[in-house]
Amino acid sequence: MRIYILKRLLLIIPTLLGAATLVFLIMRVIPGDVALLILGGDQGQIDQKQLVAMRQQLGLDQPLYVQFGTWLWGVVRFDFGTSLWTGQPVVQELLIRLPLSLELALLASMVSVVIAIPLGMLAAVRQDSWVDYLVRVISIGGLAIPGFWVGILCILFLVIVFGWGPPLEFTPPWINPWANFQMMVWPVLTVGYRYAAVTTRMTRSTMLDVLREDYIRTAWAKGLHERAVVVRHALKNSMLPVITLVGTEFAFLIGGLVVTETVFTLNGVGRFVVDAVAHRDYPVVQALIFLTAFSFVIVNLLVDLTYAWFDPRIRYH
Amino acid sequence: MATSETTLVHGGATAALAPRLTTVRAVIKFIRTKPLGAAGAAIILGMMIVAASSGTLAPYDPYQADYAAQFARPNLDHWFGTDEFGRDLMSRIMYGARIALFVGFTASFVGCTLGGLLGVISAYCGGKVDLLLERLMDILLAFPQLILALAIASILGPAVQNVVIAISIPIIPRAARIVRAAALSVKENIYVEAVQALGAAQRRVVLRHIVPNVVAPYIIIVTAQLGGAILAEAALSYLGLGAAEPTPSWGLMLSGSALSYAEKAPWIAIFPGIAISLGVFGFNLFGDSLRDALDPKLRRKG
Repeated sequence: MRIYILKRLLLIIPTLLGAATLVFLIMRVIPGDVALLILGGDQGQIDQKQLVAMRQQLGLDQPLYVQFGTWLWGVVRFDFGTSLWTGQPVVQELLIRLPLSLELALLASMVSVVIAIPLGMLAAVRQDSWVDYLVRVISIGGLAIPGFWVGILCILFLVIVFGWGPPLEFTPPWINPWANFQMMVWPVLTVGYRYAAVTTRMTRSTMLDVLREDYIRTAWAKGLHERAVVVRHALKNSMLPVITLVGTEFAFLIGGLVVTETVFTLNGVGRFVVDAVAHRDYPVVQALIFLTAFSFVIVNLLVDLTYAWFDPRIRYH
Repeated sequence: MATSETTLVHGGATAALAPRLTTVRAVIKFIRTKPLGAAGAAIILGMMIVAASSGTLAPYDPYQADYAAQFARPNLDHWFGTDEFGRDLMSRIMYGARIALFVGFTASFVGCTLGGLLGVISAYCGGKVDLLLERLMDILLAFPQLILALAIASILGPAVQNVVIAISIPIIPRAARIVRAAALSVKENIYVEAVQALGAAQRRVVLRHIVPNVVAPYIIIVTAQLGGAILAEAALSYLGLGAAEPTPSWGLMLSGSALSYAEKAPWIAIFPGIAISLGVFGFNLFGDSLRDALDPKLRRKG
């Protein structure tokens, strides 16, 4: 197991290096002068001196390979420079916003699993019945309805019915659980419903596959109850892909949080991305995009290691 | 379009009946066997008709402000009401269907075609080329779809064609993976070996013998990505990175004013959202049924 972990750790280095390079390329090679964009030069006249100063500040006057080297060295030390908007180090700004997004992502994942697994199971067991159609319609609907619109509807409903406005300050659950709950419940449900849709579909399809296996037929043949066949035999074996999905989804949640946090004006990582884009705060954009890829790679690694822990065959593969 | 799709969907089922099955019967059979897919197709068709004829169907000019009719409730003149400039919401939604369909189709088509080509190259060449392309796709896959699109769109600037580019790039690795897997299994077939042994040029082997056999997964992934692309367009426009005002884009219609006038005119925030959801819902339903029908692995045994 130790060798396996070491091997996997070494394998993520090229991927992360590639991701860092790709982010650099996107930000530099795509047509458009970042310094000009920051100064709003695409809209009107611009002071040449200011432009030169901005290029210098961003290090854009250096040759491309020096810029690339500086960026990589920063990535290695986890130093992503300072935000152009607030002047604070990017990492520090990020750490302020991380707890909220992590809480949102964790709770939403939990909500989605609690909804998705029973529904997906039910749909698979009663394939092509009205239950199956209903579950499929609900889950396809969850994928079709934009998260930000669900958020808008929630706020609309709350504002009209209760005259409620979203609270502005984030209260951690360990300080005031009730205030935290009030703030998080709607965003969590909004994000959770969407991810429940994905997980439900996955549960249904893996469950369908497993239900066609020979050992399930054997279980039926020896006269077991439906409950025993489905829960005891089929559920366990259909969970591995679902666990992977929940894991990778968790990493991808940040993408989903971008819009949800914007709608609910929550000051989390997702909104940080949107604000950085709006403020043309390119050091922050660059850092956050890399870090989402980074967290994805890490979560994937953890999922793989859990697999290997449960299934020794993988380790020797 | 409709007839070719229905015959595709039936695949093996129609083979025996094919000579006697008229188009009408095929459609009826499709509705019976795949009611959800048929519903999806109906929604897509309706959306296309609205988009194509919005010039004549729409009761008002979608750009024309009418301050006398500001914040009109849904009524007989304005079925969906009007926005803060007095623009007719129904007309704007009808025109919005054009942008949604345009971005959805082009982004999905461009992304899947590029990805598909890379997938076929990767599978056919094998070796180092395959390894390199695969790693590249892995790296691209590490970025959440929306975040990558957001970054690209933010650099290219808000415009419809840039949105298409921004949305199609994250689709490339997803399409490449699926097509590569399909191409790999096609490559193993004896007939490919036979053609190679006969001395066929590489180009001929790829174009005549491999590409036609990965068309099915290609079509599946194009339809599967359509709904997502429309959704991504809405999200980018909502965040201010898509089409710019006063373009009637569904996502844009939901940003800003929709929430600030929530109490006064909730219909501004309701109808464009229904349009997005219904459209994407239709594409997803149809894509799902298509996959069920074309993917033999998912077909019910026995």
